[in-house]
Amino acid sequence: MSNVDTTTSHGHDNAHAQFDTRPIWRTFWILLGITMVELALATLHLKTGFPPKYVLNGVYLILTCAKAFYIIAEFMHLRHEIKNMIMTIAVPALLFVWFLIAFVSDGNSYRELRNRYDKYQLEQNDKKVAPEGGEHEAPAVKPGSPE
Amino acid sequence: MAQAIPAGQKWWSGGKSPFNVEYGKLMMWYFLMSDAFTFGAFLISYGTIRFSSNSWPDPNEVFRAFPLMGSLHLPLVFVSLMTFILIMSSVTMVLAVAAGHAGDQKKVTFYMILTIIGGLMFLGCQAWEWTHLHEEGAWWGRNPFLNINGSKASTNFTNFFFTITGFHGFHVFSGVVINIIMLIKNLRGDFARRGHYLMIEKAGLYWHFVDLVWVFVFTCFYLL
Repeated sequence: MSNVDTTTSHGHDNAHAQFDTRPIWRTFWILLGITMVELALATLHLKTGFPPKYVLNGVYLILTCAKAFYIIAEFMHLRHEIKNMIMTIAVPALLFVWFLIAFVSDGNSYRELRNRYDKYQLEQNDKKVAPEGGEHEAPAVKPGSPE
Repeated sequence: MAQAIPAGQKWWSGGKSPFNVEYGKLMMWYFLMSDAFTFGAFLISYGTIRFSSNSWPDPNEVFRAFPLMGSLHLPLVFVSLMTFILIMSSVTMVLAVAAGHAGDQKKVTFYMILTIIGGLMFLGCQAWEWTHLHEEGAWWGRNPFLNINGSKASTNFTNFFFTITGFHGFHVFSGVVINIIMLIKNLRGDFARRGHYLMIEKAGLYWHFVDLVWVFVFTCFYLL
């Protein structure tokens, strides 16, 4: 009967109507706008230091996810597929939420433990390298010797 | 692109694709899922290492150069240009897919050429950036940049940067090769004879994915 070929025989008549180019350009302007906002925020932070870095990082992540949504939904056309198709992509992608939380907090915990138990490493991190030219002069102390 | 769906359609009753997309396209989506997890693993390990470090180089200090601008301090400008090029080539790719839906062979050729040019421009930018960083002494296992607090940085920063942007650049390169093959097939009239331009759509999915990954690479390396 009318079986396997249902998906391969694309109805040419209605395909035309579905693919109009206006949403493409609208998506382009949205993506460009979001990128401009990101750059404006980054420049503002560089010049004035105003939005604190940790606030900005949150904003960047939200804006990045917004851009990802528009690329997947409009450019890759996923939004216009049927629900089964959307779910087969979106549900596995949710694993990233867990990955991100699990691994990043693990890294953070490693840093805290190391700072608590490895004081030498913590001191090394605060040791400034002499700026501009200072690096090339012969070091006054041998590497590793106490100052 | 799917045909009109009758009301009360039973997707799981068998005999048809429950996803209402053509087989090759579905497989392209699943391939992209696996590729997304590869990139996700790279970027999350980068995040983990960065969270486990007390200090990290400042991207605005590292990525401050622009071609022919000498030592002018221009943070973010060059990478914005690269981002713009990639978004633009993504747009021309969708336009090629749209032209394919309309069965317009000439327009498909036109937009595919624009997409390929965009891809090559992006690769050129990346080649310039890599060359510039290499001249400054950065490479796998070598990091001339100091941490933001002025202390000596480990090589984690350069290792991750070159590995992840390299892996992404390789994807862009294969995308350009795929697009060139699609362009040749289109010029030969293969798709016109077949009656549909699904191959362009599949190549398009891959190309948008490359753009998608760049969005994350851009945030992780240049903004955060």
